[in-house]
Amino acid sequence: MSGETKKILLHPIFSNNPVALQILGVCSALAVTTSMEVTLVMCLALTTVTAFSNLFISMIRNHIPSSIRIIVQMTIIASLVIVVDQVLKAYAFGVSKQLSVFVGLIITNCIVMGRAEAFAMANPPGVSFLDGIGNGLGYSIVLIFVATIREIFGAGKFFGMTVMPLVNDGGWYVPNGMLLLPPSAFFLIAMFIWLLRNWKKDQQEAADFKALPQVNKEAV
Amino acid sequence: MSSNKDSIGNTIKTAFLVCLACSIVVSFSAIALRPIQDVNKVREVKKNILAAAGLFDETKTVEEQFGVIKTRIVDLRTGKYATDMDVDSYDQRKASKDPSQSEKLTASDDIAGIKRVENYAKVYAVENNGQLETLILPVRGYGLWSTLWGFVALESDLNTVVGLGFYEHAETPGLGGEVDNPRWKAMWPGKQVFNTDGDVAVYIKKGSVDSSIAAEKTHAIDGLSGATLTSNGVNNLIEFWLGDDGFSPFLKNLKAGGA
Repeated sequence: MSGETKKILLHPIFSNNPVALQILGVCSALAVTTSMEVTLVMCLALTTVTAFSNLFISMIRNHIPSSIRIIVQMTIIASLVIVVDQVLKAYAFGVSKQLSVFVGLIITNCIVMGRAEAFAMANPPGVSFLDGIGNGLGYSIVLIFVATIREIFGAGKFFGMTVMPLVNDGGWYVPNGMLLLPPSAFFLIAMFIWLLRNWKKDQQEAADFKALPQVNKEAV
Repeated sequence: MSSNKDSIGNTIKTAFLVCLACSIVVSFSAIALRPIQDVNKVREVKKNILAAAGLFDETKTVEEQFGVIKTRIVDLRTGKYATDMDVDSYDQRKASKDPSQSEKLTASDDIAGIKRVENYAKVYAVENNGQLETLILPVRGYGLWSTLWGFVALESDLNTVVGLGFYEHAETPGLGGEVDNPRWKAMWPGKQVFNTDGDVAVYIKKGSVDSSIAAEKTHAIDGLSGATLTSNGVNNLIEFWLGDDGFSPFLKNLKAGGA
């Protein structure tokens, strides 16, 4: 693998992570990360859709009129998502029930559309496909991080197997109920971003403004 | 080429070709996978019927275990079996929304929040040499966020609960979602649905059941902590479906031997 293709494939994982650096695709990261099994299926679905939408859009990029390019991208993405949804309903029925509407919402996932518009419209099919897989992996690593914490501390389980028996089931662990609710993923994603930016300092952003010192004076 | 690409003709042509290609892919996958999906859906419902009756065994296939269950259709208005209807093709869920196959409930009757009640309901029976052992009835009702769809199973005395389970709901995970908790569901078997007057008496109590009180020991279930509204929803749906607008006429006929 040449240096360039390796970069396209691996850079989105930590150096240019779609969720952590570009802050895209957060919506589904909140919703589907309560258990590892569901999360992995969602990651697989999103990676497949991103890779193939990049591939097909890149293949016809020289024929897409710029006036309708967004709609053409959406049509291709939506079709792929429906196919993925149908396949899940047929072969992974239990998981597809838990994912419910979130598979359909891959259509509106900013990562898929963002990569189609930013990368696939300007690059040949081969590297576009790899870019899609890379960004899917970048999304996956954040979701897996969030889901690991949420499932272990929210439900005392990992991949559905009990690691910490719950008080409700006669064990000792009192689960943190908030971790089962979507807002907890906000804190965990923020934590991921904080850890990542402490490791890769170049991702830290310059402050937008500087707070002036507080003035202790009574209003006149 | 580039000016040609943005021409109106090319725009229409590209749009048409993309739509055509995508629609072929989508319809092909939908049609090719439909049979497998239908099998999954039917199996899921059957699995829940077996689970409510306490018969489900992970190690055997659902189809194999479902062989012991007899499905019949009951006319909810008369409480008698409707023998002229085809059990396999009747879709109760669809019928519950169809004005020609269901009746609108008045606000005061609609305690379970389901708006319409269908004329015919499917019931499932486990029989041994023609003798009823377990009767499984479909129930549904509104909780906090969603309609809970499930089954309640009764013993042959048509009073003692064998089990209760929901196969579809969207209650809060960890709170109302605990209706799926096996430990909570394990409190249902053995409870008496009706009191001596024949009214629905089984209910979810707020707090824990005090087994020193006879009425609570026979009828009450521990409340789900943090899920008062879901618990109320379950109470209401049990009261509705085992009450006069639900299966009560059928249960009375069955008890008298004339369903």
